[in-house]
Amino acid sequence: MNFKNMREYLAWLYYQYLLITGIYVLEPWEKSIFNSIFFSAIAMVIYTSYVFVPIHVRLALEFFSGIFGSQPESTVALMN
Amino acid sequence: MTESPATKPANGEVVGRHARNGLRPDRNGFLKSLHRCHEWPPKKNRGQQQDEEEAQTTSHDGSLYNRPFIESFEETPMLVAVLTYMGYGILTIFGYLRDFLRHWKIEKCHIAREKEEQKDFVPLYQDFENFYTRNLYMRIRDNWNRPICSVPGAKMDLMERVSPDYNWTFKHTGRAVKDVINLGSYNYLGFAENTGLCADAAAKVTMTYGVGVASTRQEIGNLDRHEEMEKLVAKFLGVEAAMAFGMGFATNSMNIPALTGKGCLILSDELNHASLVLGARLSGSTIRVFKHNNMQSLEKLLREAIVHGQPRTHRPWKKILIVVEGIYSMEGSIVRLPEVVALKKRYRAYLYLDEAHSIGALGQRGRGVVDYFGLDPCDVDVLMGTFTKSFGAAGGYIAGKRELIEYLRSHSHSAVYATSMSPPVVEQIITSMKCIMGEDGTTIGSDRVRQLAENTVYFRTRLQEMGFIIYGNDDSPVVPMMLYMPAKIGAFGREMLKRNIGVVVVGFPATPIIESRARFCISAAHSKDMLDRALSAISEVGNLLQLKYSRHRKQPSVTRPFDDNVYEDIDD
Repeated sequence: MNFKNMREYLAWLYYQYLLITGIYVLEPWEKSIFNSIFFSAIAMVIYTSYVFVPIHVRLALEFFSGIFGSQPESTVALMN
Repeated sequence: MTESPATKPANGEVVGRHARNGLRPDRNGFLKSLHRCHEWPPKKNRGQQQDEEEAQTTSHDGSLYNRPFIESFEETPMLVAVLTYMGYGILTIFGYLRDFLRHWKIEKCHIAREKEEQKDFVPLYQDFENFYTRNLYMRIRDNWNRPICSVPGAKMDLMERVSPDYNWTFKHTGRAVKDVINLGSYNYLGFAENTGLCADAAAKVTMTYGVGVASTRQEIGNLDRHEEMEKLVAKFLGVEAAMAFGMGFATNSMNIPALTGKGCLILSDELNHASLVLGARLSGSTIRVFKHNNMQSLEKLLREAIVHGQPRTHRPWKKILIVVEGIYSMEGSIVRLPEVVALKKRYRAYLYLDEAHSIGALGQRGRGVVDYFGLDPCDVDVLMGTFTKSFGAAGGYIAGKRELIEYLRSHSHSAVYATSMSPPVVEQIITSMKCIMGEDGTTIGSDRVRQLAENTVYFRTRLQEMGFIIYGNDDSPVVPMMLYMPAKIGAFGREMLKRNIGVVVVGFPATPIIESRARFCISAAHSKDMLDRALSAISEVGNLLQLKYSRHRKQPSVTRPFDDNVYEDIDD
């Protein structure tokens, strides 16, 4: 498919989304219900990942560095 | 597709179309089993073959087939299958939502529902088919039952209609959509026309004979035209005798009960038409279903039937009748007739061949699937066919040995009770059949048969090159093109109509739920220009809807060695 502009491409993408999810055949109010639920779920996923993923990554880093990293280089050296 | 206890066979076997409900779990296995069937010995490298994705099944054998028999059923891509199920899931959720709203009277219910005074009766509108009709089919109903206002020839006029309430009701605008290319009619040889030889002959006969005699053949409804037509049909098919019926569906459903009864066994292909399924059930015989066009499955059933006989008593079956169709109208596949005939001869079974779609449409001389494989029509015990499709008329016929026809004449319900055929219809059959046989002194008939074969090959090849998934045999004029997703059924029909092309889209319950398809029927009346316009529109819509699923672009077919004793190995 060749598109003249971005707008046309987005319209085509939305059409594919309608067809694949099957909401192409629904009535407009049903479409809007589906869209609002679907997109709010996606928005929530994105928001939660924005909020919590950095925390989890930091915790994970600390945990793994606790296991593999930050050990003294040699216990023998300490005794001396 | 509703099933009441009365129609359900007593021994709880899965019969006919019911085997098709839902996803067939053996779809992939089916492909592989066919594939394996033609590679001998199969015991080696079985593991590799299982992994291998094989879309094309080919068999080529000098003794059985006079030309390569290429039939393809490409596998459903996994992603598409998953998305299709997801789509149905979403639509089902919304269906439940709407049902909920209707139940609490928030929304008006347009469709039949349980009556208030029948509240405690057995519910009528609760099963899945009703849910499906109410909540899925209704939304895309504008793609079916479109009223036409012209001859359904190569082009037709549609009456424009609009729906103010999302397909619950339709209003005609009074305008017509002109010159829609007709890819939906079973008008294989293009005899559906209101001018020309056949139409003139039918009009003339109407003037002399009237339109009907309102009596059965056995009373005072027998006309000389009927006798002539039956003789002509027998001559056309190359058999001893034939008889005609006014209704094609009843030809199947009323004659099978006359042929078999209790203590007989019917071996039926799983994709047989509803009329054959109904006839088999009405006969009261035991019905066993073999996998579609799978000769190993058929042979296995035949052997079991002969070895074990009837259940419990173990008496031998009185008769074993194999029921197959020439062209399967939903899959576009052609029956493996040489192999069926070989099996039938080896196990002394009878063969009932329904040539509803293949008569006129296949074979060098238009004599149907028997002619296509170059077989002797006397090898098939019961030849059945319809006049509705290739001949542009109505009704059906049964042909075979003289004793068979004489027996049916006195025992078949549709011969005894049905009103005789209308003379103009009979005349249409006679004229078109003579035209195919070349008895009218022209080559119009043979030209049309050749044109149909050319159109079919051209159309199928082009679609395959474009990357659509096409089912069926390369020579079958029925071309099913897979759509899969529920929304694409509706979108495809609408987009094609926008481009002035009328197509038939098919979904559940006629197909398994994920295998929705569009079905094109090629006609000899289609000119190259029409086919090209249709193809370019299909390609355009295919790009728009992303329908080019095929991962096997058209490639030269590989012929495999075929060994006669493949049937010996049926244990696995």
